[in-house]
Amino acid sequence: MTAPTGRPPMSGADPAEPAEPGTGADPSVTVARSGPSEAAPETAATASTGTSAPAAAARPGRRAGLAAVTGHRLLWPGVVLALLLLANVLFTPGFLSIEMKDGHLYGSLVDIARFGAPLILVAVGMTLVIATGGIDLSVGSVVAISGALSCLWISGLDDQQDVGGVLVAVGLALGLSLVLGLWNGFLVAGFGIQPIIATLILMVAGRGLAQLITDGQIITINSSPYKLIGGGYWLTLPFGIIVVAAVLAITAFLTRRLALGLLIESVGGNATASRLAGIRSRGLIITVYAFCALCAGIAGLMISSNVSSADGNNAGLWIELDAILAVVIGGTSLVGGRFSLGGTVLGALIIQTLTTTIYSVGIPPETTLLFKALVVTVVCLLQSPAFREKVFHRRGRRPGASPASADPKVKVPA
Amino acid sequence: MSSDVVTSGPSGPKGRTADRPARAAVLRGRERYIPVMATGALLLAMFVVGGMRYEAFASGQIVLNVFIDNAFLLVVAIGMTFVILTGGIDLSVGSVVALSTMISASLVTGQGWPPLLVIPLVLLIGAALGFAMGCIIHYFDIQPFIVTLAGMFLARGLCYTIGTDSIPITDETYTAIAQTRIDLSAEMFISPSVLIALAVVAVATYVLHYTRLGRNVYAVGGNEQSAMLMGLPVARTKIAVYTISGFCSALGGVLLSFYMLSGYGLHAVGMELDAIAAVVIGGTLLTGGSGYVLGTVLGVLVLGLIQTIISFEGTLSSWWTKIFIGMLLFVFILLQRLITARRP
Repeated sequence: MTAPTGRPPMSGADPAEPAEPGTGADPSVTVARSGPSEAAPETAATASTGTSAPAAAARPGRRAGLAAVTGHRLLWPGVVLALLLLANVLFTPGFLSIEMKDGHLYGSLVDIARFGAPLILVAVGMTLVIATGGIDLSVGSVVAISGALSCLWISGLDDQQDVGGVLVAVGLALGLSLVLGLWNGFLVAGFGIQPIIATLILMVAGRGLAQLITDGQIITINSSPYKLIGGGYWLTLPFGIIVVAAVLAITAFLTRRLALGLLIESVGGNATASRLAGIRSRGLIITVYAFCALCAGIAGLMISSNVSSADGNNAGLWIELDAILAVVIGGTSLVGGRFSLGGTVLGALIIQTLTTTIYSVGIPPETTLLFKALVVTVVCLLQSPAFREKVFHRRGRRPGASPASADPKVKVPA
Repeated sequence: MSSDVVTSGPSGPKGRTADRPARAAVLRGRERYIPVMATGALLLAMFVVGGMRYEAFASGQIVLNVFIDNAFLLVVAIGMTFVILTGGIDLSVGSVVALSTMISASLVTGQGWPPLLVIPLVLLIGAALGFAMGCIIHYFDIQPFIVTLAGMFLARGLCYTIGTDSIPITDETYTAIAQTRIDLSAEMFISPSVLIALAVVAVATYVLHYTRLGRNVYAVGGNEQSAMLMGLPVARTKIAVYTISGFCSALGGVLLSFYMLSGYGLHAVGMELDAIAAVVIGGTLLTGGSGYVLGTVLGVLVLGLIQTIISFEGTLSSWWTKIFIGMLLFVFILLQRLITARRP
């Protein structure tokens, strides 16, 4: 209830959208979710006292502040992450301790960030794609291709320690990733193919392409400059974390300090409307897919450099699903039209922490997938307005209002 | 009522274009048959080229072998067709297939249960998983992609909790079915799995085109909101398709356990992609509302024939399969796009 949305209240019903502080403009108005069912459980307490949104907003103070906190979209992911960390602390004393050894930072938390770095990168790219209402299934293949190409180039060098040669390899891999991303974007924006399908092409063919590059072998290299990317340290921090921080900072600046983020959200909210408003949605969509593939390419470099080898078959396998999960857990809707970079990072950290927890607590690693399924289901259910309404907020529902509960979505013409 | 809703059914497009121009946009002419015909033509061309290039390729047994080797994929892809026709997607199929093989193997080999009890149980588990996912998708309004992704993790995780190693199936019933050959002529034979798969195809065709549920599936896929406003049982239909998909996946798993004679958590990894690819190559629109079971059958055959050709070629490595499938996907999606773009 941070601000009246300016829309007239719907016939006596509470028009409250779930409070979304931070994103002033929410252009996804076209994705109309039935007004009354939208009230989040936390905000419902506030909303039920006031008869309409303006009245609730005009009542500043504790309740509004509470609603701003409890209704924040990062709340649930944050709670889940905190619980996971808490579980770790209980099972592993000294889990939170971070110490310096040989001028490097060591500790479980550092490890989570280090091993989670590729996932965070891929997920950040994915966030922007999903914000435009798209999806990119091909990131796993791009990860494999990028790692394969750079390792192939480095393995062909006379001197694998040559920094220049490694830089060329990195440049080649990132360039190819960019091209693949442009191809995806071109299919989506140029041909108007459904994103899930357009990127499915590269997801299937890309795996084959990666194996073609590596000739079905696992290319192993021995290059210390290359090793730095995924396994090295710089300024006491793992280099991967620095890369992630840099990419995050650039992305956050471009999307939240400049208008780019707003434009992306508006394209995701309604591509046609934003084109009519003068936004070049086509170029924007292509850019977003290229950026996503670039992120995946960097992640591919990290993964292959961490193990000093390229495996066309298994590198980045299922990372697209993990990345999409991270994005969804972070509160970005798959419908598009809004995104949260912070949420995505939280989501990726949750997934990585979950994996680490399972190892450190001593649960058989085979059950990782079960826990993942559990966490995904719980987080998604908690975030689902329909679920919250049905479980937490039974009051005020008319009996037999099944058409209303079916949540009529206005399909956005792409 | 429902016949007005149906955007594509086999019951003859005659005379519809004339009097109902607006509603018949999808029906206009025979454009909707183009993807299926293109798939059929491609299949024929592949077979002819293969027959000219390789010795012993142009025999009926090659086609039958494609059926034998892909019977489980066919069943799974049929289930996927239902889901995609409603505009949804089911990523859990591969994992459910693996889970079915795993449960069958552990119960039959480990516990000594009779197969006649195990197989219905497995089918029930698959259908129940699908039902649960359908309920979550519909009632809690979460995207099918995410829900079935969770289902995929869940089923695969359950496999690994049962066991991480491959469990062989030595039960007599299973081995008997696996070794049975049904001779069609002196040179040609099929396996019982093929018969089961073809039965599934026949039932699916009947359900999609001659029952109320089938019409509802097309209607929901065409426009869910319209279907709802018309009073069609959207909830029932959506839950039904995921249940069907879960059931088909479990049946595919049973067929795979006949084929492999083992249960393993790594069976059918990535099968969901093959199934989706088969459905797309078969001409079903991923937005839902248009497509045929026959197309899916052709799509599965195309995928199978690609593998056959690559094995005949000998020099091509296995990864070329993926590249070819990717290229085919591209061509067919482009074709679909061109067809839909011509609509007013």
